Amino acid sequence: MSILIDRETRLVVQGITGREGEFHSRAMLEYGTTIVAGMTPGKGGQTALDGAVPVFNTVAEAVTETGANTSCIFVPAPGAPDAVLEAVAAGIKTIFCITEGIPALDMVPVVEEVRLAGARLIGPNCPGATSPGKAKVGIIPGSIHSEGGVGVVSRSGTLTYEAVQAMTDAGLGQSTCVGIGGDPVIGTSFTDVLRLFAADPETDAIVLIGEIGGAAEEEAAAFAAEHLQGTPMAAFIAGRTAPEGKRMGHAGAIVSGGRGTAASKVEALEAAGIRVAGSPTELPQLLRDAGYQG
Amino acid sequence: MKIHEADAKSLLVAQGLPVPPWEVARTPTQARAAAVKFLADPANATGKVVIKAQVLVGGRGKAGGVKLAGSADEAEDVAADILALEIKGLPVRRVLVAPAADIVKEYYLSVLLDRGTKRLMFIGSAEGGVEIEEVAANHPEAIVYEHADPLLGLPDYAARELAFKIGFGSHWKAGAAIAKGLLTTMLANDADLVEINPLAVIREHGAQGVPVERLVCLDAKITLDDSALSRHPGHEALRDLDAEDPADIEARRYDLTFIKLDGDIGCMVNGAGLAMTTMDLVNRAGGEPANFLDIGGGAKADRVAAAMRLILDDPNVKAILVNIFGGITRGDEVARGLIEARAQQERDVPMVVRIVGTNAAEAAELLQAAAFVTAGTLDEAAEKAVAAARGAAA
Repeated sequence: MSILIDRETRLVVQGITGREGEFHSRAMLEYGTTIVAGMTPGKGGQTALDGAVPVFNTVAEAVTETGANTSCIFVPAPGAPDAVLEAVAAGIKTIFCITEGIPALDMVPVVEEVRLAGARLIGPNCPGATSPGKAKVGIIPGSIHSEGGVGVVSRSGTLTYEAVQAMTDAGLGQSTCVGIGGDPVIGTSFTDVLRLFAADPETDAIVLIGEIGGAAEEEAAAFAAEHLQGTPMAAFIAGRTAPEGKRMGHAGAIVSGGRGTAASKVEALEAAGIRVAGSPTELPQLLRDAGYQG
Repeated sequence: MKIHEADAKSLLVAQGLPVPPWEVARTPTQARAAAVKFLADPANATGKVVIKAQVLVGGRGKAGGVKLAGSADEAEDVAADILALEIKGLPVRRVLVAPAADIVKEYYLSVLLDRGTKRLMFIGSAEGGVEIEEVAANHPEAIVYEHADPLLGLPDYAARELAFKIGFGSHWKAGAAIAKGLLTTMLANDADLVEINPLAVIREHGAQGVPVERLVCLDAKITLDDSALSRHPGHEALRDLDAEDPADIEARRYDLTFIKLDGDIGCMVNGAGLAMTTMDLVNRAGGEPANFLDIGGGAKADRVAAAMRLILDDPNVKAILVNIFGGITRGDEVARGLIEARAQQERDVPMVVRIVGTNAAEAAELLQAAAFVTAGTLDEAAEKAVAAARGAAA
């Protein structure tokens, strides 16, 4: 099964003719993802990726013509919120927004529209997701994955790669790896992804990679304590040494007023029975210690 | 980005919010002129002016940065004192001069982005004038929370509800209008936070000296969303360069995220989460990171060279740890940047390089030819960097 994306995924890439869009679409196609359409206004009728993918002027047209059911957005920040709305309006139910640097207030009405439409937005400012051996949507390097039963969810990009690589090196394959994004307003939370993993028969262990700022890790810990007691889990939290009051790159990664600290997150996770690794390389061992046989 | 009280008040006034008059002075003479004007204002019920340091740190009052004056002479002296202050390391270059308010009652009202609900949230309290965190700790029941609708904002009825819940009494209409105005200010400027503390009922002299009361924004704090600065060209002028490290300014020019820290191991990493993790692992290996530095996605050789200069500008740096997990970023590009940067650098600092992911093999070849110290895992890289820093220190 896996979550969010699999062999049934029929992807439309919004912004496929841009530099980033084209580069990563090629990598997705090489990985085996079914890309059925590209979308760039004004370039309808052309093809992308050396003729492999038809380009449409609108997402609605792409959906009608190709049966696209998932979207991946590489549109630059000024147009990205609108790109999400267009995907929603066209009836797409799973939308990945890779774009970074979107003003936070732009996303407030957009995530509401997504919610009202019963769709799911992952991101923005996220690396996407990979269901190894099935499909990859976004920018995560395909080479780091192997097939297996560990679900990985993370707020980060390259740190996710680090953790996934450590799992693959240790012989632990993944069911799906999801980067939910580091912005203050994102479509899908840790808890949302944990809920999907809990319902996925192919995911039998979970790794959660968080960072300072906000309270999403604490909420995830509370959810896990209630709904994932039988599932081996391990976590990593970035930013234990980050000074208070400084925004550590991600717009959301800030400790302020004593809230959002790594210590608070580690405490919440450990209280839920989830051990927190001192380094991403220790995650495979912690999963095995938690009883994972995979 | 944080902005000064005076600038925040200007943004409020631009949206029609009630803010008592003020002037900004850069010299004691300018402060005197402003004081003369406000002392002569027939509406001034206290016969005094307040002079407030404009610095981007909290605790101005306790540091002696907020004082009253009852005459033009006193205002000039007080302004001279405050302009000579350094508050938490920041020089006071400007003061705000305003009529000292005759405060009847103080409230608190703010609007901020609530990440949990993905909505804008109002926080209000009839216990104003003190830190809201203090109220939250001691009298949580005295705080009112209200979310704005993500599509409609704050309709009139919701603004009235909020005003009645906070308890503005006879000033509920003004309270509701101010709540709506704060939201407008937030949206118009792409702010993360608009905070009025205190929002106060003040007494002024009306016509024929009859006292009149009104609800006004006495103080204002606004922070702006860095991601939206490009569509508000005017906001760049509100940036206080005193509150920034010179390295911040240099970093912004090259699209780097750089935060200086106190340690001696310079770090260069791609990705914010991995950059934090690298700092954490340096710390775990017994070292102290000198900085947080995210070179971002797809960094080319010139950006790497700029990052290296920033790290080496810090005289405390005794070793450098480069950790790159290539995705969008190509390892060989980074390796070329490092080789170029090392050829130009004036100071010989030991460097440990770890490059994995996209084009890692090409990177390894380049680094080997240039005799760089490399590491396979992040843990190993951190340990080697800490050892190198100790060796350099010995």
